[in-house]
Amino acid sequence: MASRFTVSNRTGWLMAGPAVLLIAGFVILPFLLAVGLSFTNQRLVSPNPTEFVGLANYNQLLDLALLTVEPLKDDAGQTVLKDGVPEYPPIRSLTRNNPDRPDLNGMREWFSFSSGGDARLVVLARDVVFMKAIVNTFTFVIVVAPVQAGLALCLALLINQRLKGINIFRAIYFMPVVVSIVVVSLLWRLIYDGQSGLLNNLLGTLSFGMIPPIDWLGNPSTALGSIIAMSIWQAVGFHMVIWLSGLQTISPTLYEAAAIEGASKWQVFRYITWPGLRNTAVLILIVITMQAFGLFAQIDVMTNGGPLDSTHTIVFQAIERGYGKQDISGGSTISVILFVIVLSISLIQRWLTREKS
Amino acid sequence: MNAFKLAASVAVMAWASAAHSAETLTMWYHGAGNEVESKIINQIITDFNGSQSDWKVELQSFPQAAYNDSVVAGALAGNLPDILDVDGPNMPNWAWAGYMQPLKIDETKIANFLPGTKGVWNGQLYSIGLWDAAVALVTRKSTLEELKLRTPTVDAPWTKDEFMAALDAAKASGKWEYALDLGTAWTGEWYPYAFSPFLQSFGGDIVDRSTYKTAEGALNGDAALAFGEWWQGLFKNGYAQATQDPADRDGGFAAGKYAFSWNGNWAALGALSAFEDTVFLPAPDFGNGPKIGAASWQFGVSANSKHPEGAAAFIEFALQDKYLADFSNGIGLIPATPTAAAMVDNYKEGGPLAVFADYSNKSGLVRPVTPGYLVQAKVFEKAAADIANGADVAATLDAAVDEINADIEKNNGYGH
Repeated sequence: MASRFTVSNRTGWLMAGPAVLLIAGFVILPFLLAVGLSFTNQRLVSPNPTEFVGLANYNQLLDLALLTVEPLKDDAGQTVLKDGVPEYPPIRSLTRNNPDRPDLNGMREWFSFSSGGDARLVVLARDVVFMKAIVNTFTFVIVVAPVQAGLALCLALLINQRLKGINIFRAIYFMPVVVSIVVVSLLWRLIYDGQSGLLNNLLGTLSFGMIPPIDWLGNPSTALGSIIAMSIWQAVGFHMVIWLSGLQTISPTLYEAAAIEGASKWQVFRYITWPGLRNTAVLILIVITMQAFGLFAQIDVMTNGGPLDSTHTIVFQAIERGYGKQDISGGSTISVILFVIVLSISLIQRWLTREKS
Repeated sequence: MNAFKLAASVAVMAWASAAHSAETLTMWYHGAGNEVESKIINQIITDFNGSQSDWKVELQSFPQAAYNDSVVAGALAGNLPDILDVDGPNMPNWAWAGYMQPLKIDETKIANFLPGTKGVWNGQLYSIGLWDAAVALVTRKSTLEELKLRTPTVDAPWTKDEFMAALDAAKASGKWEYALDLGTAWTGEWYPYAFSPFLQSFGGDIVDRSTYKTAEGALNGDAALAFGEWWQGLFKNGYAQATQDPADRDGGFAAGKYAFSWNGNWAALGALSAFEDTVFLPAPDFGNGPKIGAASWQFGVSANSKHPEGAAAFIEFALQDKYLADFSNGIGLIPATPTAAAMVDNYKEGGPLAVFADYSNKSGLVRPVTPGYLVQAKVFEKAAADIANGADVAATLDAAVDEINADIEKNNGYGH
């Protein structure tokens, strides 16, 4: 018995071997290196020796401070009003070369809010761009995960029918997935073009010229939304196929029983289809979340993080810094932060969707 | 018998020349995919290999987009060629990183070369270019006449007020979609190459060139703030587009969408074929003289080359006027010497593009000569794009200064 166990164990390792080696070499080892590099000042190209810098890279990225700013007062002690609202000193005059607060040097305003009264609370960040990248990435995930999953389910329900030529529809919905994301991004850049883009022409024609052309990717308020819409469209077919496979594992006898019982369509979906898709739903949610956190190619091709940082994302920042600006330690630090974020969210999702006994 | 003797002596001679075999020098070049460019560089190599028996150059071409990455990867793997091709502003970074060694060639041979073609770092020549590139304000003679504008020259360029008055007149006429095409569609090196000379003409700079240790005062001083306000005004007041369709950049001027276009000599022949009366005006003077970017691709010797004297011999050989002229005829670049320019129809005295050589000579300014330029260029690009999109000028420039200074500090001053 024992020898049979070791023999089959050896076969098992032999089969798993290539995958284990590849994953160890290209995922685990680089990740461990990234963790190590994030505590140094390693550069991509430099004659200077690498030094251990402790948490300096993390501090540089994540440091925040709160500053209360009083409005400007004139000589008589009255608040200076500009267009009826109190005027505040520029933040740069408080952070740059301020002998009272040397700790604020190099920090910039991230956002500010009124704290009641005239004073304003300003949140300062040492790396505002990275903070914006985190917010943009979370916005992207929070919109894409439910919308893409929901749309994919609708499509899966639509094509899960015995109709003539249904395979044509399946192929059409799946097509964007097999086209390279770079090609898709280039095409959508033309569609979103500010003057003669397809989308603007379409809107202009449909509204008889009432809607003026919008510079979708050039306007900070529409750029991220445009990328979200395009990304949902691109990958929805992939998740549709996973939903479809889930749908087809549900036993037809259940549907027959429901038909005999006289269940309505909604009742069939609510009490048979949805419970049957539970595991599929968990899988899809986790996969979409992880993919969405990795948003990079669309940004790199379509906007480069602009305009005004409105489309910077965590992964784009990691590559821009690590490779573009030759700051490998900074890029590694961002990767480690992203890893911690994705791991915690996956753990939370696992916990929320656990089997309740 | 005689036949046998002949055969034997041929064999002996062949053996002798094989024993004195030429040392192989490897060379990397960025022009893969460009047939004309490959043909010229291959011709130079064939001529050089045939002209002497000590060295034999072998060429390996890379696509331009992948070239810099290949060199960095090659250097990390300890696998660089003997002769390197390097983009001018990158040279100090590579020299500092230890990829390149000083280039030992006869100084008198490059005495009459355009200033932008000489790659000097730490007081030593590291690279030399066979050509330079230049930027001009492209417009039509008919436009100048219609708007009743003075034709500027490099010695009497437009002042800021004249330039803005020209844009105003073009905008007011309503004949063009936008008065000025700056090429904002070309992200990347175009921003620091084409737009930082405006900043330098205002009196600012990307980094303080007296020490190269800080950007404070250079990129956020009064001159830089004036530049930033002016730059933002171009877009806010509708003279130019902050985001541009790449197709408009390529064909917009020819299609009559823009009155003026800020573009390089490589696009000049296209503009001339669109309008016969195309003229190339010098950069406006914003207070410190007209300025345009200088330095293009250059040749140098890699640090771990075993035969630097052979590599230098090849580079010296390539510096002949006829090859300079070949490159200019082939791909439209400015020949590095006046004598080579005289051999090129476009650049000879009175040629349609001759003004570019003049602009390069009189207003060309190399980008900051520091290993930190790589990062500084990206920071400047982001600042210029953000300001164009309406970001607060002073805060944006301060942030750019902070980022540049932090990077210089992180690199222990980049050896300055």
